[in-house]
Amino acid sequence: MQVQLSGILSQAAGGARCVDCAGATIGELLQALLLKYPEMQSHLDDGIAVAINGEIYRDRRDQPIPANADVFLLPRIQGG
Amino acid sequence: MPYETDYTNQGFSKVGTRVNRPDGVDKVTGRAKYGADANAAGQLVGRILRSPHAHALITKIDTSKAEKLPGVKAVLTGKDFPDLTGGDRGMMNILENCMARGRALYDGHAVAAVAAIDADTANEALKLIKVTYKQLPHVTDVDEAMKPSAPIIHDWVRTTGVTPAPTTASNVAQRTEFGHGDIDAGFAQADVIIEKSFKTEQTHQGYIEPHACLATLGPDGSGELWVTTQGHFTFRNVCASLLGLDVAKLRVTASEIGGGFGGKTHVWTEPVALQLSRRANRPVKLVMSRDEVFKATGPTSSTSVDVKIGAKRNGKITAASAELRYQSGAFPGMWAMLGAMTSFACYDLKNVKSVGFDVLVNRPKVAAYRAPSAPMAAFAVESVVDMVAAELGMDAVEFRIKNAAKKGTKASYGPVYGPIGIGPTLEAVKNHPHMKRKLGKNQGRGVACGFWFNFGGQTCTDLNIGVDGSVNLTVGTVDVGGSRASLALIAAEELGIDYEQVRVTIGDTNSLGHNDTTEGSRGTFSSGMAAIFAARDAVEVLKQRAAATWGIPVEQVVWEAGEARAKGKQNNNLPPLSLKEIAAKSPRTGGPIAGHNEVVADGAGVSFASHMCDVEVDPETGATKILRYTVVQDAGKAIHPDYVEGQFQGGAAQGIGWALNEEYVYGDDGRLQNAGFLDYRIPVCSDLPFIDTQILEIPNPNHPYGVRGVGETSIVPPLAAIGNAVSNAVGVRMDHVPMSPPRILKAIEAAQG
Repeated sequence: MQVQLSGILSQAAGGARCVDCAGATIGELLQALLLKYPEMQSHLDDGIAVAINGEIYRDRRDQPIPANADVFLLPRIQGG
Repeated sequence: MPYETDYTNQGFSKVGTRVNRPDGVDKVTGRAKYGADANAAGQLVGRILRSPHAHALITKIDTSKAEKLPGVKAVLTGKDFPDLTGGDRGMMNILENCMARGRALYDGHAVAAVAAIDADTANEALKLIKVTYKQLPHVTDVDEAMKPSAPIIHDWVRTTGVTPAPTTASNVAQRTEFGHGDIDAGFAQADVIIEKSFKTEQTHQGYIEPHACLATLGPDGSGELWVTTQGHFTFRNVCASLLGLDVAKLRVTASEIGGGFGGKTHVWTEPVALQLSRRANRPVKLVMSRDEVFKATGPTSSTSVDVKIGAKRNGKITAASAELRYQSGAFPGMWAMLGAMTSFACYDLKNVKSVGFDVLVNRPKVAAYRAPSAPMAAFAVESVVDMVAAELGMDAVEFRIKNAAKKGTKASYGPVYGPIGIGPTLEAVKNHPHMKRKLGKNQGRGVACGFWFNFGGQTCTDLNIGVDGSVNLTVGTVDVGGSRASLALIAAEELGIDYEQVRVTIGDTNSLGHNDTTEGSRGTFSSGMAAIFAARDAVEVLKQRAAATWGIPVEQVVWEAGEARAKGKQNNNLPPLSLKEIAAKSPRTGGPIAGHNEVVADGAGVSFASHMCDVEVDPETGATKILRYTVVQDAGKAIHPDYVEGQFQGGAAQGIGWALNEEYVYGDDGRLQNAGFLDYRIPVCSDLPFIDTQILEIPNPNHPYGVRGVGETSIVPPLAAIGNAVSNAVGVRMDHVPMSPPRILKAIEAAQG
């Protein structure tokens, strides 16, 4: 699937704003992404949120990713 | 997932009603116990010595005289906090902020701490600690700190987010970029382009209750911490990590909280209090003064923002860009990134780009403040939106409606929106009676939009039914805005009982599994979700007990209106069993009846608000009076409308103070000049009109009741709404917050030449 990367995450993928990656769940996707781009590790440590068809998931690694979903990776954010 | 989280459009009998708050009597009678209200036998008084310098090497600390003072039981400096972070830079930043390690990084940075038998002795001990400083050059302004000639705050900081990766130190900790499309092509299509720069000054959350805790830590590594916090589980984990403790052996209890707004999501003195207690082997109570709160706990960023927006004559925006420079205090943060993400989130833009720079300065470590970073970005963007509309000769609300994001819009920060409420809030503004009020001389009206993400997170809840049928719901999210009332309504709704039968308790860290901090407007969203599921879990037990009592299969039992009913003609002779009746028999039917749930409550749903504001500006003094203020916001589903309205009003009130008065003032020496409520003026009742509200309910598809968080978004539009109103009143575009009387007069005079 096509995974879009925002902000500083794209730097960890060599500047790519969009990468090809496979995964049936968020956990599988992040694992595959890490294998492909080891520099993503520090961002995974800091936390990554995954938007699937516009819905943002911060923690649920078992969340399924539907086929042809719009997948967007964001840095994990803080709130007040 | 044990339960389905999708919105079901169910009807409600309890949810949505305006019941009395459960904590009201305790709070008005003084019975509620806050951070400073706990005491323990033999407790000591903790005090912290703070740097008077903006930036200085600590060449020597002599604590010998303080240690010899009778009554002093412990003295600590940076060397008493060994590095147990395992190379985690973020944790080391927290530790170094709690206690300086060889260098004071801002006025008010902790350099030593004492615990003594009373306050007088502790204060005397602080005077006996001799610190030798070598002052270093400092910088407190965000734009100055970015210049190549600025003093470097940390020699280990390299700007991330730029290619190639730099090899030299910089005060720019991070560059982040968001957006899509081609802004150059977009601006080329524009008939009108407006470009303007803005500044906002640093503000504090201004919670009335200062930070306070009572810490007990024994030589065996077991401890207790009573503390005012938004997240006692997070405090436990952070303190345990910094001090080398087992998480399970540190029990943290959240007191009642006198305001937090993000400022109590971070540890400041708590690890110090615990370490003092461990050294003295006695409980230590540590309460910050207001001066310390201002100087050493996280305010929000001061900022410098450039915005450029282009539009066609037909009112369609063709391109928008922003550069946002946010200072994060003396340690790296994500604050400019959040500004960049939120800046254009209200709009449907084909070509958009926002770039954020997080910048280090010699000020206290910035902390979250209610929709952190979004208000400053909104001030700049919404001001330029008004300017573009004016240039096009369009009504500013119509211009916003024409460009508002909607379901399917690709957000400026990346993802595609689901069902959202920005359009409906703007339509509500357009049709609101407020907009028809006639304005007088020196009066102006302003409108602005705001966005915040909201999030959910890890949540764990227990529901226990007593033998009399009363219910205790134990949650792990601190009640910062009325969540106990809302959660009791939810439990009552699910169980079919009266609201008054439910008591909600905030459990300590040893009574529940981990709960994330109450931040990101998550309290009622996530604990509400867990409460629904815990109640449904308990209902299953209730049905089983009824089935056993009747001697029928549980499949033949339904739960309706607070009682078990036997289905089917064969069970016509079985009268319903109420929750009270089943509970009364529970000791003999299997024991206690309880429900439990742990959930990762994702899918919080983004939040939008639109505000309108009328002001009158005295052209001779520059003083602004808020004549009328109205908040329109999407709540998804308002569980307890009073509290939702209260959140809307509270955010607006804080935003009004931020817009008009509040400001950290630093001298040339880098020292804070106004660390107190006399000189740092938050709004009081006489400054504010009644703040009107309108709740919209556009259900969040990812919550069974459709709930969205409501706590933060309401602080996003006020800076801009007031900025637009003041600008319209005086005929001069205001570009610097706070719009204090001297600043307004200066702007008027400058415009007059």
